[in-house]
Amino acid sequence: MSWVLVMPIAVPFATAVVAYLARNFPAGRWISVAGSALSLIVSALLMIAVLDQGVIAAQMSNWSAPFGITLVADYLSAVMVVITAITGLATAIYALGEIPESTERLGFHALFQTLIAGVTGAFLTGDLFNLYVWFEVMLIASFSLLVIGGGKERLDAGIKYVALNLVSTLVFLSGIGLLYGVTGTLNMADLRGAVAAAENQGLITVIAMMFMVGFGVKAAVFPLFFWLPASYHTPYFAISAVFAGLLTKVGVYALMRMFTLVFVGDVGFTHEILLWVSLLTMFTGVIGAAAQMDFRKILSFHIISQIGYMTLGLALYTPLALMGGVFYLVHHIIVKANLFFVAGLAKQYTGDTDLTRIGGLYKSAPLLAALFIIPAFSLAGFPPLSGFWAKYLIVKAAIELDYWFVAFVSLLVGLLTIYSMTKIWGYAFWKPHPEGYDPTPDRAPARVTTAMITPIAALAAMTIVIGFYPEPFVQFAQTAANQLLDPSDYVTTVLGVQP
Amino acid sequence: MESLTALIIGALTAASVYMMLTRSFMRFLFGLILLSNAVNLTIFASGRMTKGAPALVPYGADAPLGIVGNALPQALVLTAIVIGFGLLAFALALAFEAFRRTGTVDTDELRYAEPKEDAPK
Repeated sequence: MSWVLVMPIAVPFATAVVAYLARNFPAGRWISVAGSALSLIVSALLMIAVLDQGVIAAQMSNWSAPFGITLVADYLSAVMVVITAITGLATAIYALGEIPESTERLGFHALFQTLIAGVTGAFLTGDLFNLYVWFEVMLIASFSLLVIGGGKERLDAGIKYVALNLVSTLVFLSGIGLLYGVTGTLNMADLRGAVAAAENQGLITVIAMMFMVGFGVKAAVFPLFFWLPASYHTPYFAISAVFAGLLTKVGVYALMRMFTLVFVGDVGFTHEILLWVSLLTMFTGVIGAAAQMDFRKILSFHIISQIGYMTLGLALYTPLALMGGVFYLVHHIIVKANLFFVAGLAKQYTGDTDLTRIGGLYKSAPLLAALFIIPAFSLAGFPPLSGFWAKYLIVKAAIELDYWFVAFVSLLVGLLTIYSMTKIWGYAFWKPHPEGYDPTPDRAPARVTTAMITPIAALAAMTIVIGFYPEPFVQFAQTAANQLLDPSDYVTTVLGVQP
Repeated sequence: MESLTALIIGALTAASVYMMLTRSFMRFLFGLILLSNAVNLTIFASGRMTKGAPALVPYGADAPLGIVGNALPQALVLTAIVIGFGLLAFALALAFEAFRRTGTVDTDELRYAEPKEDAPK
């Protein structure tokens, strides 16, 4: 069964190599699209295998666990891999319209596919050190993608992004070293038992906090999020969409994995911290967004705010809350990537992303306006869109625990999200285009706008489908949450598989 | 041996934190190099230190005889060194390019991505 697990990683890597070789030809971009489509197919096969058999694992090079590297997919991993492939395909299509040929010649598609491979690897690995390696694959690709195309803004953003991410990686790495020193193993399934059996539980909690800081920087939680609004508004829109959709979620995924599978010895302490961190993340993010006047900066701050909901699902640590967290994760990737896509097309139409300099999109691009409404209101949590169910599950979980304050903050943040979204709507779409600022709605050729609007429409359609027909998705999230809370299947599958 | 290593790790970390608190991105990177070495030493030390016992299997045997050094942390550190080297090379190239384009690596003056409120647009 191991090929099912390996293919979602191998396909983007192979595509990266071929796309790099073909970087000087127009065929290169189509190779990227075809590779992304193939990734989606193999991810779907993985999903089918997981739905069919539950948790699946494979030992690389036939080194039996816990000594070798294990690839493992439970419901959460599988859905993350599928959603990564979907975002990847959407971005590859969007890039057809946005990315100029000069950037393609620098190897844009190869870097992009490497990024997807790194993200997928992080979701599938069952080994802590291997997780670090995937993080690095993802990071180095994201560094290059952030600054590709040049310009002072991107270099400045790149420096801040690189600096803070490198520090977080080192915190994560030293956490790995210390954890290995205490337990003598790095296999995540094996660690569960080894950590529980460790003599020095105080030290384990310290290590847990190192992991929380390391992953917290990646996930951009309060107070570690400063790199995100400093950098996400500078690269190409296709890139900021894939960053916004996927990269921070890898941090959230890693938090969810480690703090349900390994660090569960002192839930009262670690998850309590996570609870307050989540609330502050939600609140500071949304307040930060309210102060911004740039399309992408507003969206960047909203990433932070929404990350809070996901970690909140983890922090509450009940089946319902985790189910909400998983549902939120999936919903958010689709919606957030889509909003950045919309911002890119809005810039194509109006020439800027500064809300005071643009306007009139409702008149000049009614289709885009309609397609903005869907993810924007889904983000804010309006029924019947996907965000409503995500928020509903989290708030309900908080109320069941009698955490009224938590529920109150969640709803308040939702309200403030509407404020930001209506601000974008009012300035970019309704207000007439201001005098003197590039009012050329049709500068882009039809080929470009078609390539850019197709993924927007597809992701918006997915938001609507999840919204109107949430039952299978909620059930899926429920199974995923149950697997997280009771990882005995995960542990036995990993440790029991004979090569 | 362990206590000496711990002292070295502590000294490296202290020096790196001092370096990383400066505004200059170059000095920040030098601090990062020190920190990455401190972390590598941490991993190495956490695999327990065995003196003068290389992890070698004698000819004809299929397992090492007696107590030998733990080979896994060495493999991990090697991986971490290689990855760290790549990342630092990229970061240095980035710093150079930023200096070439903007004439500074002072992070207080690098305000292109986030201009001050009153800065002209």
